[in-house]
Parts: sequence; C-alpha cells; structure tokens
Amino acid sequence: MSTRELTCIGCPLGCTVTVTLENGSVITVTGNTCPRGDAYARKEVTNPTRIVTSTVPVTGGIHPMVNVKTASDIPKDKIFACMDALKGVRAAAPVHIGDVILSNAADTGVDIIAAGNVPAK
Amino acid sequence: MKYYDLVIVGGGPAGLAAAVSARDCGIEDILILERDNELGGILNQCIHNGFGLHTFKEELTGPEYAARFIDQVTECGIDCKLHTMVMDISVDTETGSSRKKVTAMNRTDGMFEISAAAVILAMGCRERSRGALNIPGFRPAGIFSAGTAQRLVNMEGYMPGREVVILGSGDIGLIMARRMTLEGAKVKVVAELMPYSGGLKRNIVQCLDDFGIPLKLSHTVIDIEGKHQVSAVTIAEVGADRKPIPGTEERYTCDTLLLSCGLIPENELSKGAGVALSPVTFGPVVNDSLETSIEGVFACGNVLHVHDLVDYVSQEAAAAGKHAADYIRHGNKKHAKTIEIHSTDGVRYTVPKYIRPTEMSDTLTVRFRVGDVYKNCSIAVYFDDTCVSRRKRPVMAPGEMEQIILEKKKLGEYPDIGSITIRIEEEGGNLL
Repeated sequence: MSTRELTCIGCPLGCTVTVTLENGSVITVTGNTCPRGDAYARKEVTNPTRIVTSTVPVTGGIHPMVNVKTASDIPKDKIFACMDALKGVRAAAPVHIGDVILSNAADTGVDIIAAGNVPAK
Repeated sequence: MKYYDLVIVGGGPAGLAAAVSARDCGIEDILILERDNELGGILNQCIHNGFGLHTFKEELTGPEYAARFIDQVTECGIDCKLHTMVMDISVDTETGSSRKKVTAMNRTDGMFEISAAAVILAMGCRERSRGALNIPGFRPAGIFSAGTAQRLVNMEGYMPGREVVILGSGDIGLIMARRMTLEGAKVKVVAELMPYSGGLKRNIVQCLDDFGIPLKLSHTVIDIEGKHQVSAVTIAEVGADRKPIPGTEERYTCDTLLLSCGLIPENELSKGAGVALSPVTFGPVVNDSLETSIEGVFACGNVLHVHDLVDYVSQEAAAAGKHAADYIRHGNKKHAKTIEIHSTDGVRYTVPKYIRPTEMSDTLTVRFRVGDVYKNCSIAVYFDDTCVSRRKRPVMAPGEMEQIILEKKKLGEYPDIGSITIRIEEEGGNLL
C-alpha cells in the first residue's frame, strides 16, 4: 500500500488530497472537499495527462518561430519525449493554425500541430 | 487631419474585442493603432494553453485566441495601422467640439493627427522592473522580467540562460519556469515575498510541482552577484514585516534571474490626456459605461485594471466598444445621477467605480480583487445601509478576480440611493 499527496487544481481552494493506492488501484481519496477533487485525484494518480505546447523555428516566414501544441493531451511522462522529438523540427512558411508539424510525436499517437499563423515573407 | 468615429489605442485582446463590438453596434469608421508589427498584443508570446475556456469553451494557446479576434477584425474590414506609436491624446481644440485629437507616428506616414469622436484606451500593462523593486546587488547581464524572457524564448527563439532563479510567483513567472525547464534549463527555485502565491493554483501544480521546482513563500532576493553575467543570487526568508530574517540566507549559483513581481497598467498616454487615475489599480477611474473622467474616452483590458483571464478582458472590451458606439451616436448623458461604489473590508477596488442608475445596462458586471486570502467568507453588497445581496465564497485570493452583478431593475427600487458598498464579510454577516 502506498499514498500520494496532490494539490487539487479544480478551484482556487487547492485542497491537499491524499490518495491511497494498492497494486496501482485507488483505495481511498481523502482531503478533498468536493467530488471534483476526488475525480481529479483518481485521474492524476492513474493516468495523468497534459497538453504540451512549444515553438519551432519557421523558414521563410515573417516571424522566426511558430507556436505548436499536441493536438490532444498526452501522458504526463511523455512530455520530455515530445520535446526531444521536436528538436530539429522546422516548419516552412506559410504556416496555418492546425497544420500538422510532426505526426505521432514520440509514439504517443498524437500529432503536434501549429497553434499560430506565420505568413510567408 | 484624418477623421474617424472611433480610434482604439492598442491592438491586443482588449483593442480587438472593442473594435469588433463597436463594429457590431454599427460603427463603421474605426481605426486601431498598434505599436507592434502585428495585432494580438501579449497573446502572441503566450504560447501555453488555457485561453478561451469561457469564451470559446475550449483551451486555446495565446496565438490561437488572438487569431479568432484578428480574423473578425479582418473580415469586418476595420482599419489598422501597425508599427504605429501614439504620442498624445488631447481635446481637439480646432473643431471646438468634444472630439479628441490623437497624435501618432510611424515610418510611412511620419507624424500625423487624427480627429476622433471617441477613443478607447487599450494599451495593456507593463511588468514591474528591477528598479521598481529595489533589489540590492550588482547589475550584470542576465536579469530579465519574466515577460521579456517569454518573448525571447517563444517569439525570437533565444534562451536567456541555463540556470535560473525566479523572483515572484505571478503567472508569467510560473509559466516561464515550466517553459525554461522544457527547453533544457534548470530552474532552481521560485521565491515569493508574500506568504501566498500571486499565481493561479493550476499553474503552481502544472508548472512547478510537475517538474519538482521548489516554491519558497515569504522569501525574497537579497543579493545578486556577477560582474558581466549573473553568477549567483542569494535569497532569504522574510518576517511578517517583509524584511529579511538574518541567518536564513541561501545562495544559488545561476546565470539568470527572472522577475515576475506584478503588472502595472500602462497609462502614460492617459495621464498626458488628463484622465483621472485610481491610486489602487493605477488605471483610469471609469463609470458603468467604462468611460473615463474625460467624455468620449473609454478604457478596457489591462490598461484599466490587471486581469487574470483574457476571457474577462474580451468581455470588458466588448462592453467598452458598445458604450463607445452609444456615445458616438447619442452623445454623453452628462446630467444623469451618478453614485459611487465604495470598496472596503478586503475589497481593494471596483471597476467601475461610478454608476448612473438610469443609464446603466440592465445588468452590470462589477469586477474587483481582494487584498488577502479569505476562506469561507461572503461578498456583501449594500445599497446605502441595506444589504441587498450576500454571496458565499469558499475561497478568495488576490491572484484571482472576483465579480458581482448589479441589476438596473433592483437599483430602480432604491431611487434615493446615495452610494453602493461592496465588502467581504465572515459567515453570518460579521465584519472581518
């Protein structure tokens, strides 16, 4: 049996929530003051995910960099793998919001897409 | 001189939303003046997601959120002058009317003047600088405001440094802690002078906790070392008087210090025009139509008061655009009765500060911030000495904006009202 302490991000209250785990499954959730805290804690200890945002250089555009993001949330432990996968990636202007910049980033099954527009120079 | 119905100073989120709203209200003759070479303002460097949850019900990055409004401005055919610096706003004496004269300059047109029936101030805000913070120590390279570092990394593609200490736990500092970490830097510590963070809880968890970056509350920087480049920063714990406690010093070797210590509305132009400013927000004092002390000059967004979410900036700016359109069409209701909103007991200020019960919209959103962390308290609204509403809030913090809604109908039931008071009360209506 193990326990983990989390800060709930459901609202500014920021409850310290304690989760008890056994063999990877949640036994108890305590410290939360509302059901959102329970749901957040369960997901956060079993399958935490994040949207990753970054920038990549653009060639031939009016700006040197363009905003990119994962098209959906990815497992939290893949954040740095995604950043590594973006190393050396360049986009060619014009870049439009939604353009796929890197497909299946770090084998997450999720594409990295443009989150900004960069017209050609 | 060129003539426009409406001139908007600033093409960031506030200016864009104000322009679209004024256009929707039938004003066709609009000019946006923007200092940068593109529209979007600070959103262009805010590449993280989480923008637009209220407005679009999805989590967008800054450039994506800006693009939604830039597209609307472009579709409406609203005139924009980029790379254009506004130098001065004054009353247009030549026409002898209440029109405003906006003096601006750019490389193509040189210096030029525009006569405007109404002006919307949407210049945003600035970061508090090292000079304003009075941090002792040397003055080497490597000390940046968090926003400057954000622009360097996200828009220009430069890393300011590899080993970083951050002073201040404002949202931009927290966001930059994560951003620098993802780009390979080591963020050693975030020090915060106050006993609570000025940033959103979500950012503390997802930008610091996710990466094991320590947040030291009640700590400040007491020394900066380095001749050419920052070589080390010393932080110390502070007492209740916010003065460093001897013996608590900790020295961190680093090459970069980021400052995220608050934002101040950018009101040099407003001051020059003679607009009355609030000593609390440093933004213009406005009435229910977001009109400043100068007739026909409106304000919205971070130039008015610093917001926590861009969605609220867009809402406020849309209101400013609508009110400016009303003013252009119907002029000013100079003689309407005006009452003041008093903010006390934990409420630091309100926007707006003045209300005209006969002229206001059917519902009016009054926004404010609290001065401390309050748990299990209520926001109470008084019409003179009568409490008309009391809303319970499990928690309120200085980092997050609060709001109440005033109804014109309700105010109409109190025709002799002298003032409105908004305050924080403990449970049961007791004063704090």
